[in-house]
Amino acid sequence: MADLRVEINKLKLDNPVLTASGTFGYGHEFSDYIDLNRLGGYLVKGTTLHHREGNPYPRMAETPSGMLNAVGLQNKGVDYFIENIYPICSQYSSKAIVNVSGSCIDDYVACTEKIAALDKIEAIELNISCPNVKQGGMAFGTCPKSAEDVVAAVRKVYPKTLIVKLSPNVTDITEIARAAEAAGADSVSLINTLLGMAVNAETRKPILSTVTGGLSGAAVKPIALRMVWQTYKSVKIPVIGLGGIMNATDAIEFLLAGATAIQIGTANFIDPQITVKVVDGINEYLDRQGCKSVNEIIGGLIL
Amino acid sequence: MIKKNVLDMIVIDNQELSNNYFLLKLAPVDSSQSLPYAEAGQFVEIRVDKSPTTFLRRPISINFIDFDNNELWLLIQKIGDGTKALSQLKISDTLNIIYPLGNSFGLPEAQKSKLVLVGGGVGVAPMLYLGKVLFEKGYTPDFLLGFRSSSDIVLMDEFKKYGNVHITTEDGSFGEKGYVTNHSLLNEPIQKIFTCGPKPMMMAVAKYAKENSIECEVSLENTMACGFGVCLCCVEKTTEGHVCVCSDGPIFNIEKLTWQI
Repeated sequence: MADLRVEINKLKLDNPVLTASGTFGYGHEFSDYIDLNRLGGYLVKGTTLHHREGNPYPRMAETPSGMLNAVGLQNKGVDYFIENIYPICSQYSSKAIVNVSGSCIDDYVACTEKIAALDKIEAIELNISCPNVKQGGMAFGTCPKSAEDVVAAVRKVYPKTLIVKLSPNVTDITEIARAAEAAGADSVSLINTLLGMAVNAETRKPILSTVTGGLSGAAVKPIALRMVWQTYKSVKIPVIGLGGIMNATDAIEFLLAGATAIQIGTANFIDPQITVKVVDGINEYLDRQGCKSVNEIIGGLIL
Repeated sequence: MIKKNVLDMIVIDNQELSNNYFLLKLAPVDSSQSLPYAEAGQFVEIRVDKSPTTFLRRPISINFIDFDNNELWLLIQKIGDGTKALSQLKISDTLNIIYPLGNSFGLPEAQKSKLVLVGGGVGVAPMLYLGKVLFEKGYTPDFLLGFRSSSDIVLMDEFKKYGNVHITTEDGSFGEKGYVTNHSLLNEPIQKIFTCGPKPMMMAVAKYAKENSIECEVSLENTMACGFGVCLCCVEKTTEGHVCVCSDGPIFNIEKLTWQI
């Protein structure tokens, strides 16, 4: 049994397995399937200052080895989270991390201030990369200056661990990662979904109500892995890797490419028990490789 | 809330019923395991891997549960790659399901007049198990089943075990000619209508129910990724805003929907 503990700045995790925001609800939805306490942590779904209805149906298209979604940050707002969900999250020892989304800097800041007041939430993930909202979201994450501005503003009001989630829909993701780091981010998580599109040839219509949406699933893994590796070499803060992780081997590949922790996203839809299987699989791998700690393989790619 | 289970199942039988439909009978791989209880109207999510175009699970409504023989029946229409792959399964093949998912049909406290179970095409599937549940409560359900043609009619003998069966075919090759909403049964006093089928059919049934002040529940099948309320893809617009068909549904009272009927 290897030591699986990792640290993302002040945030101490029992193991490097997290879940990706928007694929794991508020966590408790998985309590029939797994013991939530076995995860390093879980990212609760994108939370905004105000209630959001999200985009119209249809919001999903299955694509080869993946799926497109256009949910559009549907959520009941931060106050709902604090009143109704936070008490449930507090029952688990596994770390709940809130994904904070917004459409203007003031909203990000106001939402973050409310989350900062919650004792048992030790970290937030700032979502500057949602491709499915018209204003804000990804717009902040595709230009170094706007990324820096929003991260700096949130940093001022958030003393705990600040993770910034990056968009892959850019020419050079390391440029945005460095901007986030410069503005005070404690960690970057990548990748959010890749902008994509699906068409029904018979009806000649787009499948998604929003025409375009975010691609996730096994199909995006090679791109995510490449971006994690590039970013790992480019910043000093810990990198959290995600994008198409479907099993323990995929997760280990991300750790080798430099991720200190990983997030499992779309795979939760297909196998709701995948997270604990990945924890077990990483442990077996480390034993087989004769490693005493998971930290021995982080960034351990042999060139 | 009924606990959701991830189960490995073995194919007991896979029977082609017509050009379009097949009946897949499954039992737990671990034969010592009894199928947990499921309510009428719930569904399963089946994993169909082996192909890049069947990345996600397939949501399929529960057609019937034979607790005596520990069998789960799924009536499936061949539509895309996933359902076609399922139609090819052989006896003793195994597959993984999440069971049971979603809410259920609301059962009346007592039967006062007719309880009409309206199914169209593959939408007849959940009506068999619902009929059985109603029958076991001592009620007599009326099945009103619509098909394109006599060659599409499935499971007649099974439906007859639990209630009265009324058939419509669009071409008039069996039963009354036309759509379910044209059937003479609808002229009689009705306490409640339960319906599942193509959306235009359900909207016509819902319109009839609304105009005649009959309580009506519909079973929806919006495209979904997870099946248990976390992906937020299968939303239906309701009087309470967007809700998930998979976890808040699939059964909705028509009063809650925003359909223009």
